[in-house]
Amino acid sequence: MWDYTDKVKEYFFDPKNAGVLEEANAVGEVGAISCGDALKLMLAVDPETEVITAAKFQTFGCGSAIASSSALTEIIIGKTLEDALKISNQDIADFLGGLPPEKMHCSVMGYEALQAAVANYRGEEWQDDHEEGELVCKCFGVDAGMIERAVRANKLTTPEQVTFYTKAGGGCLTCFDKLEEVLASTNAAMVTEGLIMAEEAYRLGSVDPRQLKTKAKPGAAKPKTDIDQVMAKRPPTASAMPPASAVAAAPSLASTGRLTTVQKIRLIEEGLEEVRPFLKKDGGDCELIDVDGSNVYVKLSGACTGCQMASVTINGVQERLIAKLGMPLRIVPVS
Amino acid sequence: MRTVYLDNNATTAVDPAVLEAMLPYFTEQFGNASSMHAFGSAVGAAIKAARQQVQKLLGAEFDHEIVFTSGGTESDNMAILSALEASPERDEVITSAVEHPAILSTLAHLEKTRGIKVHVIPVDKKGMLDIAAYRAALSERVALVTFMWANNETGTLFPVVELAELAKEVGALFHTDAVQAVGKIAIDLKSTPIDMLSLSGHKLHGPKGIGALYVKRGVRFRSQQKGGQQERGRRAGTENTPGIVGLGKAAELAMLHMDDEATRVAALRDRLEKGILQRVPSCFVTGNPHERLPNTANIAFEYIEGEAILLMLNRAGIAASSGSACTSGSLEPSHVLRAMDIPYTAAHGATRFSFSRFNTDADVDHVIEVVPAIIDKLRAMSPFWAGANEKAKDFKPVYA
Ligand SMILES: Cc1ncc(COP(=O)(O)O)c(C=O)c1O
Repeated sequence: MWDYTDKVKEYFFDPKNAGVLEEANAVGEVGAISCGDALKLMLAVDPETEVITAAKFQTFGCGSAIASSSALTEIIIGKTLEDALKISNQDIADFLGGLPPEKMHCSVMGYEALQAAVANYRGEEWQDDHEEGELVCKCFGVDAGMIERAVRANKLTTPEQVTFYTKAGGGCLTCFDKLEEVLASTNAAMVTEGLIMAEEAYRLGSVDPRQLKTKAKPGAAKPKTDIDQVMAKRPPTASAMPPASAVAAAPSLASTGRLTTVQKIRLIEEGLEEVRPFLKKDGGDCELIDVDGSNVYVKLSGACTGCQMASVTINGVQERLIAKLGMPLRIVPVS
Repeated sequence: MRTVYLDNNATTAVDPAVLEAMLPYFTEQFGNASSMHAFGSAVGAAIKAARQQVQKLLGAEFDHEIVFTSGGTESDNMAILSALEASPERDEVITSAVEHPAILSTLAHLEKTRGIKVHVIPVDKKGMLDIAAYRAALSERVALVTFMWANNETGTLFPVVELAELAKEVGALFHTDAVQAVGKIAIDLKSTPIDMLSLSGHKLHGPKGIGALYVKRGVRFRSQQKGGQQERGRRAGTENTPGIVGLGKAAELAMLHMDDEATRVAALRDRLEKGILQRVPSCFVTGNPHERLPNTANIAFEYIEGEAILLMLNRAGIAASSGSACTSGSLEPSHVLRAMDIPYTAAHGATRFSFSRFNTDADVDHVIEVVPAIIDKLRAMSPFWAGANEKAKDFKPVYA
């Protein structure tokens, strides 16, 4: 059973501002039913003053997701959009008296919904930066995707740096092995992409975790803003990830680093064809259903659908496609 | 407040008679069964009696086929490791996609560290095994086939006796994780080709931290835990006497209550299911309703999330469990429900009610009374719930 604060329980059992806001003129929708949480944030913004005069939410999710959504509405009502945008996910968690580390993503969802709603109000498109991945650091709720982004954006090459930038590994350190793995594999990919020199790349096992002195405190001010920056800003993909293999596949586009949709789909299909023999060997298969932006929807079948194996399969296929297209992609299994 | 415990597949209450049987072995009967004096021999006799009680529950031919362990997880690990060690010329294992992590994590680890090949046989939408895929995976390279008898989340039963017969055809050992089946359905091992079977005390009103592995006489076995000669050299370490005595008593009581489990408990479960399905729209029973444990109901409530349901149930005094991702801290809902291809919209809201002989009609009444309002309340808050919100069909979150 999760150790929820009384405030979380209060906002879950008696949520404030739950429901539909008919007069909303700013709506943010984030989340995914596959991940188990999704949030629709509805705001009424006074066009004159840009003050949020009303806010309501609808949430599909666990207790802390509902509480975080409700807390968010309470925090932002009466604020200007500008002030509201300064709110971090940690502020939402703090408002609730803290969240269990595994549940920090619920506050992140609130933060993202707000960004999305404001973008919607301003007529901009909001891009989420969720690449997901396995939760690595349980103390601070940092997943593999966040570590990878921080490593890429800041050219990190040591576990200490990862801890400074993401807080991962700043607590009990039981995640050191995984943290090290993500760092090493990201570095290795960066070497192939020519982003760092081979000598700079982190080698597995070259740091003794007993020697690490980096101890972050939950909610410590400095790393908090760093992680917020890392999470809020996707690294400029075109420059950070020169598409090594795409250069060969689409030389004329290499300078912009962008593929047309048709080229993208062709490369994805090629990539999937390459992995299918491996899947078939284990009695599985996969089929491309749709491509939407950086989301690649595939249908896994046969032995691939057993979940433990499925996530391994998905990660493997995803890595292959990323390498092939030289751009961040997310495999979304559909049924 | 009325409390209703419906999470008996997670663990059960120790039967008062079990506790009573155990107590002397914490006090005056503290001897070590290996000792050459009266303290030891009394304890040795008690362990033998417990072994025979478990033997009877399983319908095993000999009492020495029972090896006491620390529980289901250890038994599962032991069976896998022993089988691979005993058949060095074979390096493949067959299992299913819906096994407990005690099996799946162990095999994933061995696949990574020892390069063994693991065939994971899929299941259909009702959780039934794909027999054709199983047949196709069988060969003389297979050291071990391990299929669970009853699934912990849905209660679905695998036809393990027939599955074991197929394994025999290629000379593979057959193990079944029967942690959820033992004590709930009649088992008669001597008439089956099953080589090994895992069980766990705390799932049948016995204590935690005690279990057993049945190893059929003549089956190749390699001890995993080294040390003294306890359990005929198959599991070293001074016996957990109170635990063993408690498991023995629990086995005896399970025999006594087997009919009650099959009739009264099953009727309670059926009434709960019917009651909920009649009162709550957009929900369904997962698993195979015809091949199922008598005590398990797994109901998937669409468009809401399981942890939220559990928190609300808990406030109403009801203890149940969920296959939702949020209760485990992972992103994916239960691998069992995903293997059954239950859509995400329902898998996250799957809620398991598991009964025991201690449940009553009043328990069922209470649950049927409070569940509809809980589901309504959460659905009213859900952006996916069209019933409450016409616009839900247009709800398209950014990374859904
Ligand atoms: C099917 C199954 N196998 C194994 C186990 C593990 O048993 P234990 O808790 O005794 O280690 C459980 C219990 O959760 C189970 O349900």
